[in-house]
Amino acid sequence: MTQKKIRVLIAKPGLDGHDRGAKVICRALRDAGMEVIYTGLRRTPEEIVSAAIQEDVDVIGLSILSGAHGVLFPRILELLKEQGAADIPVIAGGIIPEKDIPQMKKIGVKEIFPPGSSTQDIVRWIENIKSA
Amino acid sequence: MAKKSSPAPDLKTAYRKWKKDLYDPAREACSSAQDLTTVSGRRLKELYTPEDLEGWDFSKDLGFPGEPPYVRGVHPTMYHGRAWTMRQFSGFGTPEDTNRRFKYLLSHGQTGLSVAFHLPTLMGLDSDHPLARGEIGKCGVAVDSLRDMEVLFDGIPLDKITTSMTINAPAAVLWAMYIAVAEKQGVSPRVISGTIQNDILKEYIAQKTFIFPPPASMKLIVDTFEYGAREAPRWNTISISGYHIREAGATALQELAFTLRDGIEYVDWARERGLEVDEFAPRLSFFFNAHNDFFEEIAKYRAARKIWAEVMRDRFGARQPRSWWLRFHTQTSGVSLMAQQPVNNVVRVTLQALAAVLGGTQSLHTNSLDETYGLPSEEAVTIALRTQQIIAHESGVINSIDPLGGSYLVERLTCDLEGEAKAVIRKIDDMGGMVKAIELGYPQKEIADSAYWYQKAVERGEKVVVGVNAYTKEHEPIPLLLVDESAAQQQLSRLGEVRRSRNQARARAQLADLKKAAQDGLNVMPFLISCVKAYATLGEIMDTLKDVYGEYREPISY
Repeated sequence: MTQKKIRVLIAKPGLDGHDRGAKVICRALRDAGMEVIYTGLRRTPEEIVSAAIQEDVDVIGLSILSGAHGVLFPRILELLKEQGAADIPVIAGGIIPEKDIPQMKKIGVKEIFPPGSSTQDIVRWIENIKSA
Repeated sequence: MAKKSSPAPDLKTAYRKWKKDLYDPAREACSSAQDLTTVSGRRLKELYTPEDLEGWDFSKDLGFPGEPPYVRGVHPTMYHGRAWTMRQFSGFGTPEDTNRRFKYLLSHGQTGLSVAFHLPTLMGLDSDHPLARGEIGKCGVAVDSLRDMEVLFDGIPLDKITTSMTINAPAAVLWAMYIAVAEKQGVSPRVISGTIQNDILKEYIAQKTFIFPPPASMKLIVDTFEYGAREAPRWNTISISGYHIREAGATALQELAFTLRDGIEYVDWARERGLEVDEFAPRLSFFFNAHNDFFEEIAKYRAARKIWAEVMRDRFGARQPRSWWLRFHTQTSGVSLMAQQPVNNVVRVTLQALAAVLGGTQSLHTNSLDETYGLPSEEAVTIALRTQQIIAHESGVINSIDPLGGSYLVERLTCDLEGEAKAVIRKIDDMGGMVKAIELGYPQKEIADSAYWYQKAVERGEKVVVGVNAYTKEHEPIPLLLVDESAAQQQLSRLGEVRRSRNQARARAQLADLKKAAQDGLNVMPFLISCVKAYATLGEIMDTLKDVYGEYREPISY
């Protein structure tokens, strides 16, 4: 019996247009055998949550470098809760100041991958969470 | 009796002997031999000799500064006449915050201004747009209307300073605001000097702050070329950029080739409008990255000047020497700076800045050590500025022009990059041009491939990144610049006040005139100037244009 592929949504919330990291992650996850859905740039929290539910993903990965995470992440997590999808783990990366990490984790972001993180760390994290 | 002179040693043979007898054995004996590839993956030879310059010709491939082929620089005196402009890209919070930072930098020896706008402005949105929530003042200064521009340049004489504005899709609007502010100061458009980035092709390729589809965007750009040629002859109406292409993951070759081919595309579209090349070409400027590989970067700038001069003269028939000069600004690479042990970034920036200077840049921005943490703190940006000043005044590298000229390595690399870039340019020509190549996803895919290759090389340890995959250690926290929500409050409050206090009828009428002009295909610059003077906001102006031109939606790929 074939194992179902892990499905990951990689999203770019807000106005930030820096997509180098998000695209590298998409490729790394795809090379690791996962099914990757990339939202493209400048998606609203509503669009991201809707895509995550429609695509029935196992994990949501948010990439943001603009400093707007303090407004956008709570909104995304709130919407997931409202729509009964709070069980989808959310991870994030980009430029998220260390001082903000505790608060982001408190509101429900499961892990934050700072600059210099390896794509293999992210792959392993997702595989672990899926097998748990 | 005259002594018979011995025959000159055969260089090729001598090299092979040296390599076989000395180099290879010594190298094999080393346990940790260095890999000889550049950050772009280009493999260099262990040693360069005259053999590598077979066929190289002094007047064809080097020459003198200020003359074709311009490899040694566009001006005869280079830094002996005037140092490169020290121009730190700045902007955060409210216009008051940024005006203060501008004055700080000018008082510390900066010689030109460079404006960073926040994301909503870059995307043509007002600060009260739903998508602007959380973004106000975070990545640059908030500018919603002419009022903000007036505050931004308060106390700064626009007839005495040059200003570069990093703005693309809405560039014409921000330029209109600058012109209006200057006029209020009694400074005519004929006198203002500066640059608008205004390079939409690299937005589709890399920076991604596009709004309209390509034909409309190109039309707006040609409008600025036309307006500039007729009304603002000291203004650089475009900064054709490779910086962002490189930051997105391109190699040095891709940065060079795609940037120059973008330049060719702009010239093609302007000529199609009926502009004579010598009318607008002297005001085309460029913007390159100064990345890690010292010699590759220097060769890249030299190759760029050589190719562009030839393109302008031979491909486009430009007759004015000013049309042949590739003048450029450089920024040291942001993506090469690390969060781990951030003080190391001062060293990275120094080497990169030195490469830009040895490459003959006209203007330079040096990144701050806190690049990966946020916008530059005052302490960090001061060090970045001092880096340039120390290079200019203490290093001695400016004492003779193009000091690396004649280096076997640098000349070989310059010629190699020239040949390879021309091949990529021809490839894009064959695709039907850059707009077409972008539609086909070609440059975007090349960049994504290079970015992925590089990430894997770092993860495999093939590329050493000090402090990240080698020599790691805990570091002391550094002071950070914080932009809090009070900037947002202030900005929203001012925006409301501008909308309330302006003459509504006049603003509406100017927007209506703009719409009609855009629909009729007229040059929109005069209409934009009227709109901004009536305090129509950026968002209102851009919405008007979106109604006419539509919006671009990027195809998803990675």
